[in-house]
Amino acid sequence: MRRVRAPFLPALLVLMALVALFPILKGDPSLREELFLVFMLVTLASSINIIMGYTGYVSFGHIVFFGIGGYIAFWLMYSFNVHFLLAAVAAAIPAAAIAALIGIPILRLRGAYFALATIGINEAMRSFVTNFEPFGGAVGMFFNFSVYDTYGGAKASGQLAYYAMVGIALATIAASYAVKRSKFGLSLMAIREDQDVAMVVGIDPARAKVVAYVISAFFPALAGATFFFKNGIIEPGHAFDLLRSIESLVMVVLGGIGTVAGPIVGAAVYEWLRGSLITSPLLANFQLFLAGLLLLVTVLFVTAGLVGWLRERFPVLRSYLQ
Amino acid sequence: MILSVEQVTIRFGGLVAVDGASFEVGEGKILGLIGPNGAGKTTLFNAINGVYKPRSGRIVFRGEDITGLRPHQIARRGVSRAHQVVRPLNDLSVLANVTVGACFGREQLGLRQATAVAEEMLASLGLMDKSEMPAGKLNVAQKKRLELARALAARPLLLLADEVLAGLNPQEVADMLGVFRRIRDQGVSVIMIEHLMHALMNVSDHVVVLDHGQKISEGTPQQVSSDPKVIEAYLGDPAVAQRFLEEGA
Amino acid sequence: MTKLSVEGCESGYGEVQILWGATLTLRSGELTTLVGSNGAGKTTLLRTVMGLIPAWKGTVRLDDRDITRLSPHEKAQLGLVLVPEGRQLFSTMTVAENLEMGATPGHARAEMRRSFDRVFGLFPRLAERISQLAGTLSGGEQQMLAIARGLMAKPRILMFDEPSLGLSPKLVMDLFEIVRTLKREGLTMLLVEQNVQMALAVSDHAYVMGRGKIEIEGPARDVRQMPEVRRAYLGL
Repeated sequence: MRRVRAPFLPALLVLMALVALFPILKGDPSLREELFLVFMLVTLASSINIIMGYTGYVSFGHIVFFGIGGYIAFWLMYSFNVHFLLAAVAAAIPAAAIAALIGIPILRLRGAYFALATIGINEAMRSFVTNFEPFGGAVGMFFNFSVYDTYGGAKASGQLAYYAMVGIALATIAASYAVKRSKFGLSLMAIREDQDVAMVVGIDPARAKVVAYVISAFFPALAGATFFFKNGIIEPGHAFDLLRSIESLVMVVLGGIGTVAGPIVGAAVYEWLRGSLITSPLLANFQLFLAGLLLLVTVLFVTAGLVGWLRERFPVLRSYLQ
Repeated sequence: MILSVEQVTIRFGGLVAVDGASFEVGEGKILGLIGPNGAGKTTLFNAINGVYKPRSGRIVFRGEDITGLRPHQIARRGVSRAHQVVRPLNDLSVLANVTVGACFGREQLGLRQATAVAEEMLASLGLMDKSEMPAGKLNVAQKKRLELARALAARPLLLLADEVLAGLNPQEVADMLGVFRRIRDQGVSVIMIEHLMHALMNVSDHVVVLDHGQKISEGTPQQVSSDPKVIEAYLGDPAVAQRFLEEGA
Repeated sequence: MTKLSVEGCESGYGEVQILWGATLTLRSGELTTLVGSNGAGKTTLLRTVMGLIPAWKGTVRLDDRDITRLSPHEKAQLGLVLVPEGRQLFSTMTVAENLEMGATPGHARAEMRRSFDRVFGLFPRLAERISQLAGTLSGGEQQMLAIARGLMAKPRILMFDEPSLGLSPKLVMDLFEIVRTLKREGLTMLLVEQNVQMALAVSDHAYVMGRGKIEIEGPARDVRQMPEVRRAYLGL
């Protein structure tokens, strides 16, 4: 497990960076928009992977941190003209703190109960924000376009958001990899396999799980801040979109739970599928159905996901597909 | 005395599973814990390593009262356990399974050192060639060795071995007993629950007998196996049987 | 003449082998007991004989007919009946319904009325509780019902798996009284028991099992005196 020293992480990060630069160099704004979304999904999927893939806790309502990060950052920029990058980081910290606070009680639940609780948390947060006037209530908040002048105009702001999202995705992948290869990651996987044995062996599961949950909340918060900065408008339904939450889950499963590359592959494949299907007049409304179907098929037939299947089929690729 | 169990009582609702049991484990000794089915042996193990909290009584490990501490706290003090029903971490490799044992035990090793210790352990238990396999794919005897390897990788001061010999063939049993003798000679104390009596009696320095949650005898293997109370616990009361026979005749 | 012979039986669960070549014979009209320490394979042997788990090697013969590969209900039809460990009653059915279920084999069905009478004669307490749900009976009553259900099948050979488990000393005596009564009626029985002394006191023939094989055998009264029995249980 830890012997092979292929330069997996640097290679992967460089590859991702090159892909990110491609639309810039080619001068293709619509591709850049596509990739912005993909990198965001990679961030979401990769973060969920930490709590779900490594630790075995399926967080259905994980989008809540995306929403919290989005809202706090937006509010800071809207109300106090805080610079976007600062606002994003400043939003991720309370998001992580909230994760710690709710994590302590709900991580005691097992299996399906935990999953349900996370949905409950997301819905509760959405409901709260809908009624919270400082955040605009049900209407939400929207930018006056002059906000973008600080960054050199709307177009430049778009570019800044793009680079930020790429950076966040790379940071998430790096963090995911670091966790997986660390002693901490090993403790998470032990908890996933058999929490009682993990305890008997000397691991404190309560503490480890909360730390994993906090890490997994940090990056979606950054992504949320970035997405809504670029979007210029934020409202509760969009910020706490359960469908998007479930989709990111599907991406992780599709790509390969518990691998670093899996969420990337899953996000890319899922987004590509969705993109092609949405243009088909017949299937445009079947997004959720598609998500469910993909999840079912993967879980039943290709449990280890695409990356897992590739690793099984081509052992040579193992060190390159972790 | 590395471990002292003092008047420990464990109850589940109205059921008394262990009733005022007391005994001591000598340092660097193997103690055999025997008794008919349902005597409370595994329950007692669960109390020693923190899975259950005793209703009353104390458990003292190396001079420290560990009663009521949680399992991971007790593990970090140097107590390891090999379970009756083996519980490998199925999707992790054999090496990872044992590394987990080495990482979080008494010594709190870093990953690289822990892996080195794990490899040593696998080698001495003959599992080195399977180190990259997912643990779930081993056969039962191998899983038992893995369970023991994981427990030993923590370099415990006290090992709780719960029926580690069950399901093994005679050669495998002999090999495992050799492992136990080796670790005892290295100074590890062991409490062993076994139904394979001849094996346990052969390797134990001291034996404690439980029946219906109470200690009914203790001593050397020879003493215990000729103690009428122990014989009665296992075989039944000969006087009652005699009366029965005579009444029916 | 009802004879059951088991030869060289090997079986286990999954990859774990429990029986390593067990051989025993039940003689007609005799009460044979099988004892041995935990993990020796007694229950596994009974379940293999009954067909609840498949035999990997060896044969089971009922009166020279090879029944090794027959399913449990086919064996029951032939008159081989098991009173399982832990009673395993239909707890949400009444005493009467449990007994009816016991009379499932064809030849037993025809004689159900007579069997009810016989069973209530042996266990008057069950007659008093005829409409009570089996799950609400006391431990001793449940054991009686389990045996009664076995008898409803009109067995030619009745096998018991640790019937005294969980019973108080008084109930254990009652249980063995019933076993002795059945023996007097000439029923061929195989008794697997934890309570060695009582089992050896009531039986004709005895087998002591260890490590998946028969280690000692002989007339019960001889086996009772053997120090090897103690060694089989206590290792020394």
